[in-house]
Amino acid sequence: MAAIYNLFIINKSGGLIFYKDYGSAGRMDTNDSLRLASLWHSMHAISQQLSPTIGCFGIELLQADNFDLHCFQSLTGTKFFVVCEPGAQHMEGLLKVIYELYTDFVLKNPFYEMEMPIRCELFDIHLSQAIQKDRVVLLGR
Amino acid sequence: MIGVGGKIKQYSSVLDKPLSKGRQEVSLSAFAFLFSELVQYNQTQVDNIAELERRLEDAGYAVGARVLELFCHREKGNRRETRLLGILSFVHTTVWKVLFGKVADSLEKGTEHEDEYMISEKELLVNRFISIPKDMGTFNCGAFVAGIVRGVLDNAGFPAVVTAHFVPMEGQQRPRTTILIKFADEVLRREAKLV
Repeated sequence: MAAIYNLFIINKSGGLIFYKDYGSAGRMDTNDSLRLASLWHSMHAISQQLSPTIGCFGIELLQADNFDLHCFQSLTGTKFFVVCEPGAQHMEGLLKVIYELYTDFVLKNPFYEMEMPIRCELFDIHLSQAIQKDRVVLLGR
Repeated sequence: MIGVGGKIKQYSSVLDKPLSKGRQEVSLSAFAFLFSELVQYNQTQVDNIAELERRLEDAGYAVGARVLELFCHREKGNRRETRLLGILSFVHTTVWKVLFGKVADSLEKGTEHEDEYMISEKELLVNRFISIPKDMGTFNCGAFVAGIVRGVLDNAGFPAVVTAHFVPMEGQQRPRTTILIKFADEVLRREAKLV
């Protein structure tokens, strides 16, 4: 069973710039993914304001009955989040790896326009390798 | 030289710095961002892909001309190659090693034409982070490296037309980059006389 259901990357204004689903569970159509991305962006921003702790950076983990949502926000406001099965481990590490791939193969690509949807072949290739590697680690447990 | 990490020694004056100690490395990320900006800037100045390729090649040409001068002094004790195969292996070995930290993957002679040579790289350093969009067709940022090669050859007295191409490899996900060198007639005539 796939541990990760979907991966989202949203730009600093809340637009979905990358979406990919893994496995049949939790698959959604384009409209739903766009809606969820902008909804998450707003919730994340509101949580920063509402948080009782000072200097809060927003929700990092949302736990529900049938999924976990792990979120990582980069310094520039780009958010990476994965929806995965409840209790899945090492997701922070995976998000960091994905962020690294984003900085390498998206930001260093002269043909990528900032804040626009990501269409980079090398990013796709390395991303699927990283996810594959993560699966092997999960199966090995 | 481009690579990861590296130490730069401080000298009080540039004249105190020995020329032979030229093994400094620069950050690969810094280079990748600079190169990306170079491509983006040139993209704003052109209206078609051929023009962009030409501009990148011209940028590389200036690098090649300087690189030849420096490496002949630094690596070869002020001697310059005068024979065709000599200069080709100089490009393939010395130039590649100092610029990219490794020898080029292969140097071959073209099978169809006598005046063609090819330097192939599985993954060219300038292309490491670059994905070409589908609508740009066969465009290759290796044009910059082709320009470097042309700069070296031209200034060493071997005028040539140098182009960069993607060549799909069997069993490989990514195509390799081939730098195709087509020498001018005069070079081959001169070479024939020397034998």
